[in-house]
Amino acid sequence: MGLGLSLTAVIALILLVFAGVKGANLHLLFGAVIPYAAFIIFTIGVIYRVVKWGRSPVPFRIPTTGGQENSFPWIKQNKFDNPSTTSGVIVRMLLEVFAFRSLFRLTKSELKDGKLVHGSDKWLWLAGLAFHWCFLIILIRHLRFFTQNVPFVIQLFEALDAFFQVGVPLLYLTDIFLVGAVTYLFLRRVVFPQVKYISLAADYFPLLLILSIAVTGILMRYFIRVDIVGVKQLTMGLVTFSPVASESIGVIFYIHVFLVSVLFAYFPFSKLMHMGGVLLSPTRNLANNNRMVRHINPWDYPVHVHTYEEYENDFREKMKKAGIPVEKE
Amino acid sequence: MYNGGKIFIGLIIFVGLLILPFYLSMGKAIAKPDPKVDTPVIKQMAVKQCVESKDFMKTAHMQMLNDWRDSVVREGNRLYTAADGKSYDMSLQNTCMKCHSNKKQFCDECHNFVAVKPYCWDCHLMPKEGA
Repeated sequence: MGLGLSLTAVIALILLVFAGVKGANLHLLFGAVIPYAAFIIFTIGVIYRVVKWGRSPVPFRIPTTGGQENSFPWIKQNKFDNPSTTSGVIVRMLLEVFAFRSLFRLTKSELKDGKLVHGSDKWLWLAGLAFHWCFLIILIRHLRFFTQNVPFVIQLFEALDAFFQVGVPLLYLTDIFLVGAVTYLFLRRVVFPQVKYISLAADYFPLLLILSIAVTGILMRYFIRVDIVGVKQLTMGLVTFSPVASESIGVIFYIHVFLVSVLFAYFPFSKLMHMGGVLLSPTRNLANNNRMVRHINPWDYPVHVHTYEEYENDFREKMKKAGIPVEKE
Repeated sequence: MYNGGKIFIGLIIFVGLLILPFYLSMGKAIAKPDPKVDTPVIKQMAVKQCVESKDFMKTAHMQMLNDWRDSVVREGNRLYTAADGKSYDMSLQNTCMKCHSNKKQFCDECHNFVAVKPYCWDCHLMPKEGA
């Protein structure tokens, strides 16, 4: 159900651009208006979600404890998996964001000869890490279209990515790794019954969308060629707020740009917000110092307490008449 | 907002990165690459025609040069038959650069614009130009 829906959605999006650009000649709409709109939705949406998260109180420390907590001096603490200091938390977050440390600990349980066995499962970690790093490098690489005198750092990324100088235009390693990794991430949701069972349209759609973006990009670079100078004039027009839509650029470019726009616009509404969410996870970004520091509930307010003394003052005479002992005569 | 300071700094960095490409290009005119095809050799040609059509050359010249290299270096075949039936000697320096002798005003014009660095001149002799 979810898979069919996602696949239909992605195909419909591609057909929409095809009809819009080839049929209706809406170059400016797909080349400038929609990318701008998507960029604004992305920026405001992400800020809105992050601020909304920031406004939720976290009254208790709830870090996941992946190792020995701080205890007696003769018990060795696991400083990164169960940090009790800010510096420990920083290291934990760096490892989490850059190396997906908690995913590295993923285990798999399966029946083997009638016995339930547990073992480590590194494939998801490997594919996830490869995918995210490739995506970042590809994003940085694309900045060559958005800067006039391309900074050295961006050129360096590009040169390293095309290090092996295979074919012309030079083959990017990240292209291969990204498509491979996303394909694995997609197939595991289709092939493994346990994962398929919990997969929804919101899981398939971003994967299929990203896969389509990668495939259209690769097609554009290596197979269906487009006028790259026209492309850069369009993108530079976007960053200087003077967009010029070129009709000389092939439709494959508009499909690529539209799918990227959809990804950007979809981002704040989807699970992709884990980009900001990972930094705001209380299970990761809090030091486990529950037993060292007193944490006061942030929404505590002074409660009006009716003490026994006040109660007795209110009812003293009635209590005496009823023969109930009182503390103060 | 709880931990507002830290979140605010994070958001500032996020927005800063998003604005960076706009900021870097602010107030700059976009260059319009204009590859010159006015060398003496081209001027003398009766029909100004490259090996293949302009549109083909625009998007696929790099693949053609790569195929030429493989054909010449690996198979020893130097004869290229174009789509219109004419034959050409497969040679960057003797065929391409004979007409397009103005590397700076022709090749570099677009390559620099899109930050592409072809490695032709790792092996070939860079043509000597006046300006």
